Amino acid sequence: MKRIGVFVCHCGLNIAGSVDIDKIVEEVSKLNHIVYVKNYIFLCSQPGQQMVEDIVKEHNLDGFIVANCSPTLHEKTFRNTAIRAGMNPYFVEVANIREQSSWPHSKEKKKATQKALLIIKATIKKLVKNLDYHSKRVDLTKRALIIGGGIAGIQAALDIADGGYEVVLLDRQQSIGGHMAQISETFPTLDCPQCIMTPKMTEVGNHPKIILRTYSEVEEVTGFIGNFTVKIRKKATSVDWTKCTGCGECIAKCPAKPLSVFDCFLSKGTAMYRDFEQAVPSFPVINRDACLYFQKGVCRICEKVCPIDAIDFEQQDEIVEEQVGAIIIATGYDLMPMSEQGEYGAGKYKDVIDGMQFERLLASTGPYAGDVKRPSDEKVPDSVVFIQCAGSRDPESNYPYCSKVCCMYIAKQALLYKHNVHHGQAYIFYIDIRSTGKGYEEFVQRVQEESGVIYIRGKASKVFKRGDKMVVWGVDTLTGQTVEIETDLVVLASAMIPSSGAFTLASKTRLATDKYGWFSEAHPKLRPVESVTGGYYLAGAAQAPKDIPETVTHASGAASKVLALFSNDFLESDPIIVQVDPEICNRCGYCEAVCAYDAVKLNSKTKIAEVNEVLCEGCGACAATCPSGAISHRNNTRSQIFDMISVATEDYKEITTKFDK
Amino acid sequence: MEVSYFPGCTLKQTAKNFETSAISSSKLLGIELKELSRWNCCGTVYSLATDDSMHHLAPIRNLIRVQEEGSKEVVTLCSMCYNTLKQANELVRAEPDRLQKLNDFMYLEEDYKPDLEVYHLVTYIKDNVGYEKLKDKVTNPLSGLKVAVYYGCLLLRPDSIKLDDRENPRIMEDMMEALGAEVIDFPYHNECCGSYHTLGKRDLVIERTNKIISEAKLDGADVLVLSCPECDFNLDHRQKNTLEKYPSFETMPVLYFTQLMNIALGGDLADCGFELNYIDPIPLLKDKGILK
Repeated sequence: MKRIGVFVCHCGLNIAGSVDIDKIVEEVSKLNHIVYVKNYIFLCSQPGQQMVEDIVKEHNLDGFIVANCSPTLHEKTFRNTAIRAGMNPYFVEVANIREQSSWPHSKEKKKATQKALLIIKATIKKLVKNLDYHSKRVDLTKRALIIGGGIAGIQAALDIADGGYEVVLLDRQQSIGGHMAQISETFPTLDCPQCIMTPKMTEVGNHPKIILRTYSEVEEVTGFIGNFTVKIRKKATSVDWTKCTGCGECIAKCPAKPLSVFDCFLSKGTAMYRDFEQAVPSFPVINRDACLYFQKGVCRICEKVCPIDAIDFEQQDEIVEEQVGAIIIATGYDLMPMSEQGEYGAGKYKDVIDGMQFERLLASTGPYAGDVKRPSDEKVPDSVVFIQCAGSRDPESNYPYCSKVCCMYIAKQALLYKHNVHHGQAYIFYIDIRSTGKGYEEFVQRVQEESGVIYIRGKASKVFKRGDKMVVWGVDTLTGQTVEIETDLVVLASAMIPSSGAFTLASKTRLATDKYGWFSEAHPKLRPVESVTGGYYLAGAAQAPKDIPETVTHASGAASKVLALFSNDFLESDPIIVQVDPEICNRCGYCEAVCAYDAVKLNSKTKIAEVNEVLCEGCGACAATCPSGAISHRNNTRSQIFDMISVATEDYKEITTKFDK
Repeated sequence: MEVSYFPGCTLKQTAKNFETSAISSSKLLGIELKELSRWNCCGTVYSLATDDSMHHLAPIRNLIRVQEEGSKEVVTLCSMCYNTLKQANELVRAEPDRLQKLNDFMYLEEDYKPDLEVYHLVTYIKDNVGYEKLKDKVTNPLSGLKVAVYYGCLLLRPDSIKLDDRENPRIMEDMMEALGAEVIDFPYHNECCGSYHTLGKRDLVIERTNKIISEAKLDGADVLVLSCPECDFNLDHRQKNTLEKYPSFETMPVLYFTQLMNIALGGDLADCGFELNYIDPIPLLKDKGILK
């Protein structure tokens, strides 16, 4: 590199107020390689950028330095200026003389000037050793895979498919719909999922761009952003779905009656089943663990009643492969196991149930067609005690986080219970009421003031049985009294936890999760729908507890990120990443262990580290870790860094030499 | 098998029947409880209530006594002794600096190397005999006896020393069932007995006793079974005062689990020491046909 320009920005008085710009210009002009130095009041302004562009062209510069603010603000701005001027953008470097000099030394003009000069000199030293790197093009498969067919997956699938791209929507259950399909009515407007979600499910089922793969699970994921190959296990349904019409004859005649998973084990289903009446697809599957033929070798009634011979007892699991360019994780949540809530007698007493079970009791499609009856003896409960934060916000139970939806759904459940059982009394134990959505606080106030529900501020400590009543002990922290309530039914707002399949999926995709198992977003505020690994996006409660509106927003966000990705014809990779010198690599594998993006791997044969240029984010963790120095960060090599240090510490050389003596 | 045994103060005084019945019934299971030749106070509530090292000298010195006898295991009966010894043991395992300090302080003693285990007799029997075998050794099953098992606090908390699940423990219940008794669901199993308030706030303890015993009655229990001399004093002996305050209060025998084990295994009745129980269980046990 021979011809370097330096542009010094005043940033109004931000820099010029404490740095002597004229002195800087004068000093820098004397340095090697510098063919042009110019100062300007606001370099980032349009005329400022135009001036830079013109000078680069006019003086045929092959690199330049902008001495201004932090590179996070305007590095990209000036790299684009360089592109417009026909220069390699990676020959632009930023000397940050604002955050690192003029601001911290605003009252020491001499020192600020001196330091700014050192920063610029060091940056020049770096720039002269920059190499001519160019971004690479990578193919892009414009198809998306969505894992999880709850409301998050459904929303994301429709958004992407409506954008014109093909979507594979995967769910491990027989039908899409997820937990939302189990819910009775939704807060704060009390519309039922049947009314608002089943149209969306039908749309998914009929959409020409959506390939529905239910009763299927991810087996293996290989590849990287733009180019994933996913092996999917299509579990044996024992019914030939290509023939089946979904008439339901087989379900009606099935004699095996296992407990219904969809009804949270509160009612009996059948071994030949679909999740619920409006299931999409409408084709049933055989639960082989409950089927009389598979367990005892008898029955086969379904085979006899099927009008089109669709029953296939011999069917095996099948592995299919899908090529996709982006993957959305929409695996949702479960509730914490009842067995972990011994203090509330959960799992021990039939009349202690969780929030999802109470949803089923309230639902018109539920075990008692919407009549609220308690599980032990089908008595209509004269009173119900709701316990919020059952597990959540409790470090001792290992779920210290807030599950976010419980304050609202418990208020809703208490209200619906009152609608259902007019003489009934509902009690709610709560720590705080968190009702921060649109229309939420008004809803809670309505429940508190108009429905006659008794809110008790405090935690319940214990639930046990006395005769045919459940006894709840708790404390009312507003009066300081302990409380004992005899009731018919206890509902626990159990903590939301990541879906049971999320852990396996995280290990198959090597995606980062937090310590509770929620998938980690790339940035907690500014990149909430992208995963840390390129090409993976998060939708809904897979990332953290969310209610329906928030889930839908999140899912649409993920879909828009995928659509933005697919709007490119190919992917361009940033060349400022790490590279491995295979002759120095000692095959230790430390780099692979520290890489957060799964971008560095040891070659399976040679065991030499290799960098996936698309996945590498250029963080430099591996370069810092590499004990043999085989990995270097492009344009941030050790030699460049040492050069910069030696320039920046020029003034101290004398002092340190004295000290050494 | 022979195992070191730490009795603690109460078992030599008001809870002698706990010790005699434990030694007798353990012998019938082939366990020789060998009392440490030297021992001192377990440290009791002081070692549990303070965060300094001084109060852990007592429990650690006891563990040194076990070490001196070349033993790797020590069994306790009293819940308090179990809790203090085990917690102190866990503490010095987790904090080597603390152990160093304690060892330095007791420089006349040999250094404690925290490689021995503290057991409660229930766990020791479960692990070394097993409830199946225990059941086989029963000659006088406790048929028809409805038992409420009471753990109190010291056997279940903190987490590091708990005998079993904090909220729904089964270890004593399963033992009682192996002995042929019928165990009732007793939700008050981990309620507070009032503990040392029995000295200064007798009324408070009377309320606790009234509540706990009455609930056990309501749940259909014939007897309450426990493992703590302090709980035993409050729930058995304080029934006298409870009855004075609440004339309609119905009394209930309160027994150490070892007393019932001794009967079920056909041990000498004298070793049960029922004369130390305030509510005499003999009429009930005769009524049930368990005692002749």
